Amino acid sequence: MSDVILKVENLDVHFRSSASIVKAVNGVNITLKKKETLGIVGESGSGKSVTATALMRLLPKGIGSIPNGKITFNGKDILSLSDKEMRDVRGNEIAMIFQDPMTSLNPVFTVGDQIEEAVRTHQQMSKKEAKKKAIEMLKVVGIPEPEKRVKMYPHEFSGGMRQRVMIAIALSCNPKLLIADEPTTALDVTVQAQILELMKSLQEKNDTSIIMITHDLGVVWEMCDKVIVMYAGNTVESGTVETIYENPLHPYTWGLLESQITKNTLNGDKLPAIPGSPPDLRNPIPGCNFADRCPYAKEICSTTKPQPIEVELGHIVSCHFQTNSNRLERKERVYIE
Amino acid sequence: MTSTQPSSMETREVKKKEINERSFIRKLLKNRIAAFGLFVTIFMTIIAIFAPLIATHAPNEMDITHSLLGAGVDGHFLGTDNYGRDLFSRIVYGARISLIVGVSAVLFGAVFGTFLGLIAGYFGGKLDSLIMRTMDGLFAFPFILLAITLMTVLGQGLVNVIIAIGVANIPGFARIVRGQVLSVKEEEFIEVTRSLGATHGRILFQHVLPNCLAPLIVYGTMSIAGAIISEAALSFLGLGVQPPTASWGSILKDGKDFLVLNPQMATFSGLAILITVLGINLFGDGLRDALDPKMKV
Amino acid sequence: MGKYILKRLVDLLPTIFVVAIIVFVITRLIPGDPAAVMLGPQASVEDIQELRDDLGLNEPLHTQFLQYIGDLVQGDFGVSLTYNQPVISLIMDRFPNTLVLAFSALVIALLIGIPAGIISASKQNSVMDYTVMVISLIGVSIPIFWLGVMLVLYFSVNLGWFPATGMGTMDEGFITYIKHLVLPSITLATIPMATFARITRSSMLEVISQDYIKTARAKGLKEFFVIGKHAFKNALTPILTVLGMQVSALLGGAVLTETIFSWPGMGRLIVDAIDKRDFVVVQGTVLFIAIIFVLVNLLIDVLYKIVNPRVNYSSGKGGEGK
Repeated sequence: MSDVILKVENLDVHFRSSASIVKAVNGVNITLKKKETLGIVGESGSGKSVTATALMRLLPKGIGSIPNGKITFNGKDILSLSDKEMRDVRGNEIAMIFQDPMTSLNPVFTVGDQIEEAVRTHQQMSKKEAKKKAIEMLKVVGIPEPEKRVKMYPHEFSGGMRQRVMIAIALSCNPKLLIADEPTTALDVTVQAQILELMKSLQEKNDTSIIMITHDLGVVWEMCDKVIVMYAGNTVESGTVETIYENPLHPYTWGLLESQITKNTLNGDKLPAIPGSPPDLRNPIPGCNFADRCPYAKEICSTTKPQPIEVELGHIVSCHFQTNSNRLERKERVYIE
Repeated sequence: MTSTQPSSMETREVKKKEINERSFIRKLLKNRIAAFGLFVTIFMTIIAIFAPLIATHAPNEMDITHSLLGAGVDGHFLGTDNYGRDLFSRIVYGARISLIVGVSAVLFGAVFGTFLGLIAGYFGGKLDSLIMRTMDGLFAFPFILLAITLMTVLGQGLVNVIIAIGVANIPGFARIVRGQVLSVKEEEFIEVTRSLGATHGRILFQHVLPNCLAPLIVYGTMSIAGAIISEAALSFLGLGVQPPTASWGSILKDGKDFLVLNPQMATFSGLAILITVLGINLFGDGLRDALDPKMKV
Repeated sequence: MGKYILKRLVDLLPTIFVVAIIVFVITRLIPGDPAAVMLGPQASVEDIQELRDDLGLNEPLHTQFLQYIGDLVQGDFGVSLTYNQPVISLIMDRFPNTLVLAFSALVIALLIGIPAGIISASKQNSVMDYTVMVISLIGVSIPIFWLGVMLVLYFSVNLGWFPATGMGTMDEGFITYIKHLVLPSITLATIPMATFARITRSSMLEVISQDYIKTARAKGLKEFFVIGKHAFKNALTPILTVLGMQVSALLGGAVLTETIFSWPGMGRLIVDAIDKRDFVVVQGTVLFIAIIFVLVNLLIDVLYKIVNPRVNYSSGKGGEGK
C-alpha cells in the first residue's frame, strides 16, 4: 500500500465558458504505484490532457475548476496545498512533458538556461553547479557534445533532440512522477521509438512513475503497465495492459483497436477516426456518452448511464452489455470501412 | 479542361467572399466599442456637412466689443474668442476642415502610395529598390516634421495642407501594399491568370489590388485619425489653413494665448479633435479585428 | 556583433543619401520660390534675386546638388542668415536639450506603458485591463499639443505647481530643473506610453497562450517569472518595432512640445526658423533629425539581435545562423 505514489478518486473537472459549463472530466479514478506506468488513451477531447493538467493544478485560472474529487500524491492532498506548496511540487516531484517539442521550449533562452532554471527553482545550487547539472542532464538524455549544445537555442535542435531536452528538464529534479502528454505524437516514427526507449531506461534508473497520455495504443502496449480508456470525460474501461490487450470489452476500446489496426495496415501517419463525434459536454446526456457512435447500442444506452463494473480482477468496464453475467459478441470491422 | 478551371475557381472565390462579408459585418456589430466609434465618426461628419444649420453665428463674424466672452453669455454657447467670434460656431465649422483634410490627405497618400507599392512589389528588381529606398528615406522623417517642411515651402492654404499631409502618408501605404503584393503574387490563382495571358495591368488591378483592400481600409481609417491630428498640429504651429478660416488647430493656437481669460477656446477645440480622433480610432480598431486580425498598426 | 553593426552602418549610407536628396528636392523642386517665401510677400524683385544669388539658387540644379552634398559630407549644414551662425552649431546648442526631453519622455513611457500592458494582459478582461485599455486608447488619440496646453492650464495657471515655460538649469538647483521638465516630458510621453501599453498587451496575450509558458509553469516557477521572464522576453520583438517608430513620434512630438513649453530644443529651433523664414535652418535641422532617426533604428536592429536569437546576424546573402 505504501508504494502507491498517486491516488486520484472521483475527479471532476469543469470549464466555465461564456454561458455554460463544460464537464470535461467526470469521476476519473487512478491508482499508480512506484515505478509503474499508466497509459491514458482516448481521442482528442476525451479529457485525458485535462486530467493531466488537473493533476498539476495548472488548469486555466478562472475557467477550469475541480468541483469534486481527491488527489493524493506521495501522501499529500494536492488539492488542499497552498499555491507555494504546489509550486514546490511542480517540476520537482511531478514533472511534465508536452506533445510538441517545437513549441514547448522557450525560443529565446538557451537550452542550458532552461534546464538550469528548473534545477535552481527547486534546489539550492550555484550557477556553476547548475550549469554542470545541465550538461550532465543533456548527457543523460543522449545529446552528443553536451558542453557545446548547452549554449544553443532550441531552434538549433531537431524535433527529437528538443524532446530529449524537455525530458532533461523534466527529470532534472528527479521527480517521482512524470506526466508525458503525447510525447511522441509530433515526432518521426523512428525518433518516437528512441524517445520511448529513453523514457523507459530513465524510469528504470530513477524509479519514476509515469503517466503516459496518448491516442496511440502502440505506445501503450510498449510502455505501460496499466491503461485507462477515456471517452468524453469518462473512464470507459481500465485494467492492466495485458487484460485490455487480450480481452478488451468496451465497444469504444474495440473501435480504438480497429482504427489502430487500420492505421498499421495502411501505414498511415494519422489514426483513422471512428465515424461520428463525441457529444457536446455542455449538455450532459442521460445515457451512455458513446451510444450515438456505438454499433452495438440499444435503447437502454441512450436512456441510462452504464455503471462501472469490475468484470474481472482489476478490469473495470462501463457498458450495459458487458457485465459479469453477460458478454457482447465482438464483430470484425464494424467501425471503419 | 483548362478553360473551365478559372471559372470554377472564381465561383469558389465568390462564395468565400460572401461568407467573409457576412461574418465581417456580424463581427463589427458585435463589437459595441467599434459601433460606438462609428457612431461618433458619423456624428462628426453630420456636424461638418450641416455646419451652416448647426452653427449659431457666422464663423468669421468679428465683434471686438464682445471678445473673450464666457460660456453662455449673450447667446454665445461657448463664449467668444479674442476677435469676438462665436467659439461654438467656429468649432462646428472647424469640423469641416478637419474632415476634408483628413479624408483628402489620406486619399492622396493612398492613391500614390498604393500605386508605388503595387508596381514596386509586382515588378520587383531595380524599380522596387528605387521606390522602396525612397520610401525608407521618407520614413526617416518624423511624420509631422515632413509635413512641416513641406508646408514651409508650399506656404499656407487648405490645398497645400492636404498635399503636405498627403505626401507624408505615401510611404506608409506603399509599404503596406508592397508587402501584400509580395504575399499575393506567389499565390496559385495569380499564376493561373498569368498563364492565361492576362496583362500586367489586368493582373495588378483585378487580382492583386482587391487582395490588398482589407489592410488598406484598416490602415486608411487609422491614417485619417492621424491626418486630422496633423492638420491641427500644422494649424497650431501657424502652418495650416489661412486665417480667418476656422480650424480646430488654429482655434487652439489662439486659445493658448488666452488660457487665463478664456480657457474654453483651448479646451473645446482640443476636445473636438480628441473626440473625433478617438471615434475614428475605435472604429478602426474594430475594423481591424473584423477584417484583418493579424495586422498590428 | 561588431561586424554586424559595421555592416548595418554601411547599409545605412544609401538611406542617409536618400534622406539628403529628399530634403534637397523638397526645398528646390517644389513650386514656390524659397527666396520669395523667406522674404515674405512685401519683398521686391531685386531683393529676391539677391537672396537667390546668396543661396546659390541661380546655379544649375546639379551644381547646387553637388555643392550641397559636398558640404554635408564635411558636416556643413549651411549658414543661417537670421542667426549669422553655421546651422550645425545652432543644432548642437539645442540638441542636448531635445535629448533630455525626449529621453525623459521615453523613460516615462517605457516605465509606465510596458508594465501597464503586462498587467493588462495577465489579467485579461478584468477591470484593470479595461481601465488600461480605455486610458491607452485615449492616449493614442490625444492631440499632444492640446494635452500640453491643458496641463499648463491646470498645473501651472490654476495650481501653480510647475512652471509653464522654459527649461531650468542645473545652476538653479536640481528641483527647479526637474520641475521644468515634468510637464513637457509628460506631454511628450503620452502617445508612446499609450502605444507601448497597447502593443505590450496584445503581444503578451499572444505569447501567454504558447506551450512554453505551460512548460514554465510546470517547472514550478512563480507566476511573476513566468510572465515577467518567459513571456515578456518573447513579447519584446513587436515592442522593439514599436520603439523604433516611437522614436520618430518623439522627435516629431518634440517640435510641438517645445513650442508649447518654450523648450530651447531643436523643435523650437525649427518653428522659430519657420517664423523667421530661415529655410536653411529648417532644412538642416530636419535633415539632422532624420539622420538621428536612422541611427536610432540601427540601435534597435542591434537590440533585436540581442533579444531574439533567431534573427540572423548576416542578413541577406548566405546567412547561415552563426
